[in-house]
Amino acid sequence: MSVVIWAAIIYAPPAEMFRVQSLARIVFFHVPCAMTATVLSIASAVFALIYLVKRNLDSDIKSKTSAELATIFWLLTTVTGAIFAKVEWGTYWNWDPKQTAIVLLILIYLAYFALRAAVPDQRKQAIVGAGYTLFAAATMPFLTYVLPNSTESLHPKGVITTSDGMDPTYKVIFWSSTAGFLAFAYWIYKVQTKLEILTRRLGAI
Amino acid sequence: MGRPSSFDRESGVVESPPEKFPAILGPVWIREVQAIFWKEARVEMRTRQAVGATLLFSIVTLAVLSFLLARTSVRSDVDSALLWIVLFFSAMSGLARVFVREEELGTADALRLSVRPSALLAGKFCFNWLLLAAIEVVVTPLLLTALSAPLGGADLGLLIVVLLFGGLGLAAASTFVAALVAPASAGGIRSSLFLIASFPVLVPLLLAATLGTSAALSPLTQPVGTASNECIVLATYDVVVLTASFLLFGYTWDIG
Repeated sequence: MSVVIWAAIIYAPPAEMFRVQSLARIVFFHVPCAMTATVLSIASAVFALIYLVKRNLDSDIKSKTSAELATIFWLLTTVTGAIFAKVEWGTYWNWDPKQTAIVLLILIYLAYFALRAAVPDQRKQAIVGAGYTLFAAATMPFLTYVLPNSTESLHPKGVITTSDGMDPTYKVIFWSSTAGFLAFAYWIYKVQTKLEILTRRLGAI
Repeated sequence: MGRPSSFDRESGVVESPPEKFPAILGPVWIREVQAIFWKEARVEMRTRQAVGATLLFSIVTLAVLSFLLARTSVRSDVDSALLWIVLFFSAMSGLARVFVREEELGTADALRLSVRPSALLAGKFCFNWLLLAAIEVVVTPLLLTALSAPLGGADLGLLIVVLLFGGLGLAAASTFVAALVAPASAGGIRSSLFLIASFPVLVPLLLAATLGTSAALSPLTQPVGTASNECIVLATYDVVVLTASFLLFGYTWDIG
């Protein structure tokens, strides 16, 4: 991870197409952050489903930890996105469809934690949390796909995956940044899950 | 349809395992839905407070808007936004009651033992939908009159369709979220929690409904085909929300 940070800040040459060239480097943090957050959100939903079917409280702990990490990473994505927006497009906030979708996603997570906190019993809490995660996940495609495609969006499309979109050096750094973020998130997730599971087992004695 | 519901005397846990394959629209199922629906209606009619309070809430919100906007002329898309804001807040004030009351009165466990989860959800959803439809019928004409919305070129049929699909989605999502919020500890937090939890889920519905309503009210200000597009989005949302709630409710209902 530290290699990636060094590479992003010092090694990468400035991009030609951006207005303020050296600050385009924030793309190395913003997009991988978003990707990691997406993976975490999906993981949270998957664990919620596993919990509802198998009723194993460990799955619920995993779902909750993924949700917490997802919230943090989405917040980071929003902040880095806002900084980039200020530099590139002039203002911090444009009501771009993706920005709107992120606001709603963060609201969903805040509601999720508030809902869980309000239910005292552990089993009920797990069931209610899992139900809400999955229900919100069912309505998310409307925001992530319908909105950005039906209205004008400032976000560029298809830059990273196509072969002529980005300089190859950038791509190496970009994908290693993604790997770095994912590894970082996974590490925190593992530690936190272990901690929670042990706390619960101790509390049950 | 799987194990029947059971009650564990020692721990007090009532378990109603999810139905293996909900026999929706079978004759017994429909009878259960009707039973739940009429139970809700009867309980409301006994006191008549709850429904009255919800209707009054919507009328008061409507009155606030008309007073504050009396001197200004409001564009038609703002009219539609205001309409759906009033409907949303009226739904938030009144639609959680179907599940919250069960928890408060302690009758939730009896329901777990007596009817199938899908029938329960369907019955309560129908009741909420009817309540919301009543609110829509009362609020829409009053609001449009109060805001002096120009109704010259309005497409009434389209407006009714938007209100129908939009109301369906609003009631469906609210009912399911109410089921999730009901076990939360009582007090002021629960009603705010209902609002906080419902809003993000309802945003696509509210957006599509507002666009559809404003296209229906003044078709000439919107690109052609907006209203029918929005109706399709609304119908899709309704299908998604209803499917998700029926699939999930069986698993989330056996909280004991």
